[in-house]
Amino acid sequence: MFDLLIIGSGGTGLSAALEAASRGAKVAVACKGLPTQAQTCMAQGGINAALGNVEPDSVEEHIADTLRSAHGLADEAMVRTLCESGPETIEWLDRMLVPFSRIEPSKTPHSSLLTPHSLRTIAQRRLGGASHPRACYAQDYTGLKILQSLYDRCLERGVRFLPERTLLELAHWEDRIHGAHFWDLANGEIETVHAGATLLATGGFGDLYHGYSTNAHGASGDGIAAALRAGASLSNMEYVQFHPTAMAGSSILISEGARGAGAILVDERGERFTDELGPRDEVARAIFRKIQEGSRIYLDLRPIPRETLEELMPQELHLTQLHAHIDPLEEPIPIQPAVHYSMGGIDVDRSFAVKELKGLWAAGECSDAHVHGANRLGGNSLLEIVAFGRLAARNAVEHPRMVPDTRECSDPQSRVEAIFQRRGKFNPYHKRKILGKRLYHDLGILREERGIRGALEYLTELTEKLPQTELGDRNRKNNRALVEYLEYENSLLLAEAVAQAALWRNESRGAHWRTDFPNEDPKFQRSSQTRMENGEVVVHAAE
Amino acid sequence: MKLTIQRTQEGREYDELFDVASLKVTTLLQALYEIKAKVDPTLTFDAGCRSGICGACAVRVNGRETLACSHTPKEGDRIEPLNYHPVQRDLKVDKSPAQSTLVKVLSRKEEVSVDPSSPPPPLSPEEEKRFRIQSDCILCDSCYSACPVLAVNPDFLGPFTLTRAWRYLTDPRYTREVESQNDSSLPTPHSSLLEKVQQNGIWDCTLCGECTAVCPQHIDPKNDIMQLRGESLKAGYSDPNLANQSFCTPDFGGGFGFDPNAGF
Repeated sequence: MFDLLIIGSGGTGLSAALEAASRGAKVAVACKGLPTQAQTCMAQGGINAALGNVEPDSVEEHIADTLRSAHGLADEAMVRTLCESGPETIEWLDRMLVPFSRIEPSKTPHSSLLTPHSLRTIAQRRLGGASHPRACYAQDYTGLKILQSLYDRCLERGVRFLPERTLLELAHWEDRIHGAHFWDLANGEIETVHAGATLLATGGFGDLYHGYSTNAHGASGDGIAAALRAGASLSNMEYVQFHPTAMAGSSILISEGARGAGAILVDERGERFTDELGPRDEVARAIFRKIQEGSRIYLDLRPIPRETLEELMPQELHLTQLHAHIDPLEEPIPIQPAVHYSMGGIDVDRSFAVKELKGLWAAGECSDAHVHGANRLGGNSLLEIVAFGRLAARNAVEHPRMVPDTRECSDPQSRVEAIFQRRGKFNPYHKRKILGKRLYHDLGILREERGIRGALEYLTELTEKLPQTELGDRNRKNNRALVEYLEYENSLLLAEAVAQAALWRNESRGAHWRTDFPNEDPKFQRSSQTRMENGEVVVHAAE
Repeated sequence: MKLTIQRTQEGREYDELFDVASLKVTTLLQALYEIKAKVDPTLTFDAGCRSGICGACAVRVNGRETLACSHTPKEGDRIEPLNYHPVQRDLKVDKSPAQSTLVKVLSRKEEVSVDPSSPPPPLSPEEEKRFRIQSDCILCDSCYSACPVLAVNPDFLGPFTLTRAWRYLTDPRYTREVESQNDSSLPTPHSSLLEKVQQNGIWDCTLCGECTAVCPQHIDPKNDIMQLRGESLKAGYSDPNLANQSFCTPDFGGGFGFDPNAGF
C-alpha cells in the first residue's frame, strides 16, 4: 500500500516522485520498461522559461506566445501557472543537477531581475512560435539529461520503482480509484498495486500512427485508454501535433532547434516555400501540401556553421547518417511531417484531478491541462511535465487518501485471458502497421469527413476482427508480444476517440485542419469531450 | 541476408538462422521487429526510441556490444544478448543487477539541502563541459557487458557507475550542496563518493578500455576511472593491489592477477 502510485517514469513521473518523496509520502513509480527508457529521453529542443538570458524576455510574453499558438482552446489561468513556473522549474532542475548548456555571464546582460543568480549562465535558444530565445537546453540531449538526472536523484532518495509493469486497468470501485492492475512482464502475471492516490503520467498516443510517428514504439496511450474505460472524460483528442521535420521513411525526429539555428526548408529545386520558424502546425501543413503536390521536401542544415552544428546537434548528425545515409554537412535531408505529440488527453481540472474519478490525478502528455490548446509550442512540453508533475504530486499527496476497496469494477484477468485464447488468421503486427498508415492519411494533417468516416469504418472492422487476431506467443513470462497486443487494443480505442472528436469539430483550428471546413468557427472555440457511454465512444462540447 | 540469433526459450539455449533478405531493413532493430512481426512473434528483445537514446536495445553483434537501432546488419551477423546480465528470454536480459550498482554509489543517508540565504554561483560553461560527455550516458549497459572484470568479480561496480561517480565529483553543484552546512565530522558528498568507489571499484579495473570502445555515446569510462584514481590518491587512498602484491611469489590473491599499473 503506497501513499502515491505514479504510473509512468518519464519527466512527469520522476518529477512527481521527487516532489511527493520530499513531502514524506511513500511513493512507487511503475513503468512499462526500465525507468530511464521513457519517451522524455527523446526530447531534444529545450525547456521554456522566460529567463531572458540571451534577449530580454518576460513571463507575459511567454504567456502571450502560448495563448496565440493555442488558438483560443487554452485555459489562460493554467497557461499563466505554467509560464510563471518556468524560472522556478529551471532552478529546481538546476538543483537536481541537470547539466544545462551554459554561456558566459557577460553574454547575459538581459537576465530578468527575477531570474535567480544561479541561472544567469544558462544558454537559451529560439524555438518556433517563440518571440525570444526561451528554451533552456543541454545540447540536443535536453530530455535525456533531465531524465537521467531526475533518475539519479530518485535513486539517492530511495524512490521505489516497479519496472516492466504494463498498465492493464485502473483498480476502482464505482468512481473511486484505489491503485492499478499491471501485467508484470518478467513474471507473467497480473499484479495489483494499491495506493491512497494514483497519478497517471503515462505519456501520449503518437504510436497510434505507427510508422508515421517520431514517438517511441509503445507510446500507445495506455493510461488514457485505461482512464477512458474507467469512466474519465478525455478532452481535445482531435488535437494531434505533427512535427514538421522527421526523416522521410524512418520518421526519426530532427529537432526544431535545427531551424532555430538557421536550417532552411527547401523543395527539390532548392527553393524555400515557408517561414521555417512559424508554429508547427503551419509549417507541417505547408510541407504536407507540397508533398501532396508531388514535391520532395528537404531540411538543409548547411546554412549553419559546421562548428555550431557539432556543438549544438551532435545527435542529429549521427542519426541522419545512420537512418538516411546522409551527411547533413554535405547535403540536405529528405523529410516529412510525422506525429509528434498528443495535445489532447485525460481531462483534468486546475488541480490535475481527473474530474469524474476520485483519487486519480493525471499530468504531462497523457493529460489535457488546457495549456497547449490547438497547438503546442516547442519547449512547453518539457516545462509542463516537470512543473505540472510536481504540482500534481503535491495536490495528490495533500488530498485525503482513498481507502482500498475489496470490491472491484475492472476485470484485468478476463482481458488478458481473452487475448491468450484468441485463435485466427489475423496478425496484430500487420494490422497495427496498416492502421498507422491509414490514420496518417485519413486522420492526419489535412482531414475531411469522408476520410474520417472511412477510418472509423476501418477501426470497427479491426475491432470486430479482434477475436480472430491471434497473439503469436503463448508463453506467460517475458512475453513482449502480449504487451504489444495490449498496446494495439488501446490504440484501437484511442483512434476511435481521435476520429470521433475530429468528426465533431467541423472547423479548422491549429493542428486540426478540415479541408471541408477550412475556417476557424467561433462556435467551436471550446474543448471537445470524449467519454464512454454504454460501451460507445461519444463526443460532446465541453461545458 | 542471413542473421544468426542466439535464442533462449524456456531455459533452452540454441542458435537460429533468420533470412531477412525479403524484409525491408535498414537497422538491426528493424530486422528484429520484422522477424517478430512476420516470422516468429516469440522472438523477444527490448527496444524503445529507435534513435539511440533510450538505451533499451543493446545487444552483442559478433561479440561486440552495440545498440540494435544503431547497427546496420551485415550478412552472417551473429546476435547475442549482453554479457553478465541474466538472460530472461532470447535477447532480453535482466538489467536490474547491473543497474543496482548505481544505487550503491548514489544513495545517501541524509537529505542535503541548499542554504537559501546564499545562492550558489552559476555554473560556468567550462564547468559544464567537464562532465558534459559523462552526462550523455543512456544506461544501455554496453560497457558493463564488455568489461572483463565482471567475469572474475561480479561485485565490480562496472564502468557506467564509475563514470557517473566522476560525473558528480566534477559537478561543483554536487559538492557545493553541503559545504555551507557541513559539520566537519561528516563526510562531504565528495569524499563519500570517493569512498564508495574504492572497494570493488576503481582499483579493480584493468584499464583495458573495452568500455570506451563500445560506448555508443563516446563516453570514456576508462579515462574517468583513471581520473577517479588520481583524485583518490590525492585524498589519501591507495591502490590496495599494490599494498597486497607480493613481488617474490606468483600472485593468486587480490587484483585477479592483473596489475592495473603494469600498462594494459
